[in-house]
Amino acid sequence: MTKVTYKDNDGNTKTIEVENGLSVMEGAIQNNIPGIDADCGGSMACATCHVYVEEKWYNKLPKAEDAEVDMIDMAYEPKKNSRLSCQLIVSEELDGLIVTTPPKQA
Amino acid sequence: MKKTDTIIIGAGPVGLFAVHQLGIKGLKSIVIDNLDKAGGQCIELYPDKPIYDIPAVPECTGEELTKKLLEQIKPFKAEFYLNERVEEINQVNEDWTVKTSKKNEFVAPNIIIAGGVGSFEPRKLSIKDAERFEDQSLFYAVRDKEKFKNKNLSIFGGGDSALDWALELSKNSKVTLIHRRNEFRGAPHTLSQLKKLENEGKVSIKTPCQIISIEGEKYITSISIKYDDGKIEKIQTDIILSFFGLIMKLGPIAEWGLNMDKKTIEVNSKDFQTNKNGIYAVGDICNYPGKLKLILSGFHEVALASVECFKRARPNEKYRFEFTTSSKAIQERLGKK
Repeated sequence: MTKVTYKDNDGNTKTIEVENGLSVMEGAIQNNIPGIDADCGGSMACATCHVYVEEKWYNKLPKAEDAEVDMIDMAYEPKKNSRLSCQLIVSEELDGLIVTTPPKQA
Repeated sequence: MKKTDTIIIGAGPVGLFAVHQLGIKGLKSIVIDNLDKAGGQCIELYPDKPIYDIPAVPECTGEELTKKLLEQIKPFKAEFYLNERVEEINQVNEDWTVKTSKKNEFVAPNIIIAGGVGSFEPRKLSIKDAERFEDQSLFYAVRDKEKFKNKNLSIFGGGDSALDWALELSKNSKVTLIHRRNEFRGAPHTLSQLKKLENEGKVSIKTPCQIISIEGEKYITSISIKYDDGKIEKIQTDIILSFFGLIMKLGPIAEWGLNMDKKTIEVNSKDFQTNKNGIYAVGDICNYPGKLKLILSGFHEVALASVECFKRARPNEKYRFEFTTSSKAIQERLGKK
């Protein structure tokens, strides 16, 4: 289990123990965290699980593949630290990860 | 008002297969979809991505699956109403009436909602004032390119739509193409043509930058963009064209009085009816214990829903279960006899 903190646009946070191997998106959906829609169910086809990752953590994550970066173009207000949470797989190394959800997804 | 046996909302794979399952039972159907073509997510989100879990089809793309389904339902001659969204449904005695965004009206004893995650709509610019200029000097699609002749156009996006239109419209207008990063994801051939035009001074490409404001009173006069390094630039602009892809919106479905759980519709897993008799939900949009959002589950769901559709559409006939291999009636409906 790995601790992941989901922060919303207003700064409210929720910390969840997510099973290793699940994605940050799945952790949110299974625990009813608002702010992550995941309309396509994790097939990297919709950009509605878009999150911002703090720089410290952003650099620790495996680099986004091209298809993910392409999809982020379609996200709501993408920034340099944008990722799709369906592509972030939870593991021990990410214990304490903090992601921020955008003001809205669609 | 056009009468039919079943109104199908959504032309994705499950909506298309509904035509088949109804058709072999001798029921007529019409299909309504907000996109301009059949296929739903298969065609809009992953036309080229292989799917590996369609029974007896080891591998096929979203586009191939759609083509095959359209071929399979051809004998039933279902009418398609594309580019329109169902806005309203109403109950009239035992029947349901449907009104679309193009003011078409239909009546049927059954409505099958195969709406996926909702209807596809363009993702809109989120900055202030964007809404004020929409459909007047800010557009999310090109319907009539004459409108954009001899204008200063600022085009946003990094995919094929943005690149194709930048190329096409640069013939008669001054085009600035703006994208949030240096890499474009459109076809390499289009991109190289654009680079050539840029070198000739016919198109201006600005990256990596994003829009921060729109200026203008009644019409847009200029926009401001901000580069990643913080530099701000003002660009004289008459028209903004924005191509940030499509998003899915549940839309009016949420207001039809159906029992919902988040963005899904609750159904029973016996005949996939909702809390309203004669309204069914199938595919990704339905929800029941154990539901899996797979195309193959949707196929099963319409097969069962179509039986109940038959009972409501033909109350005086008895439903008989038949196999396609042996039923003369089915083979006739398929045009095989």
